[in-house]
Amino acid sequence: MADSGVYLDNAATTPPFPEAVAAVARAMESVYGNPSSRHRLGLDAANVVERAREVVARSVGAEGSEIVFTGGGSEANNLALKGAAWAYRRAGRRVVVTAVEHSSVLEPARWLEEMGFEVVVVPVGSDGRAGLDDVLAVVTPETLVVSVMHVNNEVGAIQPVAALGRRLGAVRPTSGRRKGLPLLHVDAVQSLGRLDVDVRALGADLLTVSAHKVHGPKGVGALFVRRGVRLVPLVHGGGHEGGRRSGTENVPGIAGFSAALERMMALGPSEVSRRAADLRRRLVDAVREGWPRVVVNGPAPVGSRTGRTGGGEDAVAPHREDAVAPHIVSLSFPGVPGEVMQQHLQARGVYVSTGSACGSHHRGRASHVLEAMGCPPDVAGSAVRVSFSPLNTADEVERAAGAMVEVARSLAQRRAGP
Amino acid sequence: MTEKTAGQGAAHEAAAGRRRVYLDHAATTPVRPEVAEAVTRHMLSEYGNPSSVHSLGRAAAAAVEEARERVARLMGARVEEVVFLSGGTEADNMAIRGVVTASGKSRPHVVTTKIEHHAVLHTCEELEREGLAEVTYLPVDGTGLVDPGDVARAIRPETVLVSVMFANNEVGTIQPVKEIGRVCREKAVPFHTDAVQAYGAVPIDVDEFGIDLLSVSAHKVYGPKGVGALFIRKGMNVRPLVFGGGHERRRRAGTTNVPGVVGFGVAADLAAREIEERAAHLVPLRDTLVRGVLERVPFARLNGHPTRRLPNNVNLSFEYVEGESILLSLDMKGIAASSGSACTSGSLEPSHVLLAMGLPHEVAHGSVRMTLGTGTTAADIEYVIETLPPIIERLRAMSPLYAAAVAQRGRAGRP
Repeated sequence: MADSGVYLDNAATTPPFPEAVAAVARAMESVYGNPSSRHRLGLDAANVVERAREVVARSVGAEGSEIVFTGGGSEANNLALKGAAWAYRRAGRRVVVTAVEHSSVLEPARWLEEMGFEVVVVPVGSDGRAGLDDVLAVVTPETLVVSVMHVNNEVGAIQPVAALGRRLGAVRPTSGRRKGLPLLHVDAVQSLGRLDVDVRALGADLLTVSAHKVHGPKGVGALFVRRGVRLVPLVHGGGHEGGRRSGTENVPGIAGFSAALERMMALGPSEVSRRAADLRRRLVDAVREGWPRVVVNGPAPVGSRTGRTGGGEDAVAPHREDAVAPHIVSLSFPGVPGEVMQQHLQARGVYVSTGSACGSHHRGRASHVLEAMGCPPDVAGSAVRVSFSPLNTADEVERAAGAMVEVARSLAQRRAGP
Repeated sequence: MTEKTAGQGAAHEAAAGRRRVYLDHAATTPVRPEVAEAVTRHMLSEYGNPSSVHSLGRAAAAAVEEARERVARLMGARVEEVVFLSGGTEADNMAIRGVVTASGKSRPHVVTTKIEHHAVLHTCEELEREGLAEVTYLPVDGTGLVDPGDVARAIRPETVLVSVMFANNEVGTIQPVKEIGRVCREKAVPFHTDAVQAYGAVPIDVDEFGIDLLSVSAHKVYGPKGVGALFIRKGMNVRPLVFGGGHERRRRAGTTNVPGVVGFGVAADLAAREIEERAAHLVPLRDTLVRGVLERVPFARLNGHPTRRLPNNVNLSFEYVEGESILLSLDMKGIAASSGSACTSGSLEPSHVLLAMGLPHEVAHGSVRMTLGTGTTAADIEYVIETLPPIIERLRAMSPLYAAAVAQRGRAGRP
């Protein structure tokens, strides 16, 4: 089914690399021990987990001991927000997030609010980027955690995380009750393998990654927890993962995560994003040519003349950073509802989504991201998200673009008809 | 004669590094080939996100629902009452914390036991620490049984949950679940049971047993690690642990672990078909192992209930030896066993379960758990019966306490 189709929904999930599938299969067949067991089979399993931990750590510039495996990116986000706010609750009560965070950040933030914390939601510009100064303006001496995603999952906007990390680093007390606060949490689920993700360069204290977004298995993620940062666990029990996440480790899943990441990192983020940028350009150009009314949501790539950048970034960064990750493109076809476009594309073997897969349960509700960007209803309601992987080809993208133009033309004609 | 030959052959194999006898199935089970095949097939062909509306996503969602049906059937639940999670530990955490925080009571009270898995105990302790709940930890008798009368007496007006495990992971004692369920029904208190060890091993029917919440784990029933489920009876108010996204009817955020869940479904289906056959295979092997070792080793005892126990569980205490030393020696002979729960195998504390059953510290220390599996053979058991007694003897030879005990109690060790 997928072989004959064009899969452009890689921000929802990616097809596992054969290496990842093989690693999962191998772990299930031959390394089935419980990593907590002290006999040989247990030690073998523990070794697989520890080797994978090093691979994940290396991919984000961390130490192995700073990586906590979880049941996925959403759990890691929950652990970061709730765990950190709870651990430091005596040192303040403010939590800062942006309006375009993933729901696995926004919902725990809402829960924290119920629990008596003060949550400040920073708005974004029309390009989906939070302004650096807007974030810093709400960071007070009461702030515990600032959570800003690296790359937005719906429009690909790159947030000014590195600049924020540097600025927060400059205001953190180095001693006392508030030593090291506020913490910076970065949801890097969409950027891992596509952009340079380096926890030191980003200044992140907590950073979330997920296996199935980098061609690994579903059901595995990890949270980077900088040495010295405390967390109250979400899941209590046997004290696995340094007491930060109990439960028998998902050995095959972790092995698959590692194998996928190794291939992804061998390709290299710059090559992956170079290829994605090429695909993006082809897609946008071809669609524009065939359907000039198309609207590209989110920031424009470097070198393009449209779109605006988030405030403050250029003043701080020594070089102009890209504002958009090329592997995620949000296109609106005003007049053609996103779901209709998506269905028609599917009929032509092209798989895209209308926004976040996780939000697709609330049909009829516009995306909170596009809403936060101030998109007019006809633009927000007609958006489809196209997301590339290193497995996609130029031919596939041409085919997808052709199908989009075809659908837009035929539906618009029908509307214009009698 | 044949026994001897088999034993020698096995010993030879072990010496050559070939003989491996895995007797730690309570820690985790090898994945069945049918399960592994389903997991890899789903990774290769149906990799969609079940939350996606396109057909790839819908195919993944359909696979998840089929698995849900299979997992539900093995516990007599309805499909919509099963929530997939990352494992049994998360299920226990969610059941207890989720009920306590959704209760709306000012001083919620929980009744549990001293022999629960750490996933339950640590969650309860954490709730106490946070001031969110008061907890009563019920004692057990010498065989590890909870008295349903104790449960009834512990329930107060503020009690929001009773959590008693179905079968103990260390000593295999199966609790009087039906009676406890009846008590909870009478008192109108929800009943949670950690059935991680019992699921697929003994028949479970949530309606018949009066269970409102039940935790299970895939990797204890020859399924993959990283997947578990919580049965939540319809109408129960349970607060999620992980939020964000409408997955699992808003009860567990995060992209569903489709291959893992599908593998769990296959494993549950196999268990449902084979449950009687498995018990018929395991019980005689278990009893042979117990008898074989106790006949050959003095100052030893079987922990747990002699009959009300899991078909695969053997837990033995050997006086005057350290459990850790026994395990090390067994491992060198290719036999994988454990001292109790794998989750606490790093600690030098004796098992909280054995202590709760009234075993003295020093006896609890000399305990070994051997848990059999569907792949365990009579030859494996013979090999263990031949291998274990000399290990104990050698270790005891180093113990002055043992020499004194023999002088006092005699070689048979039956005072």
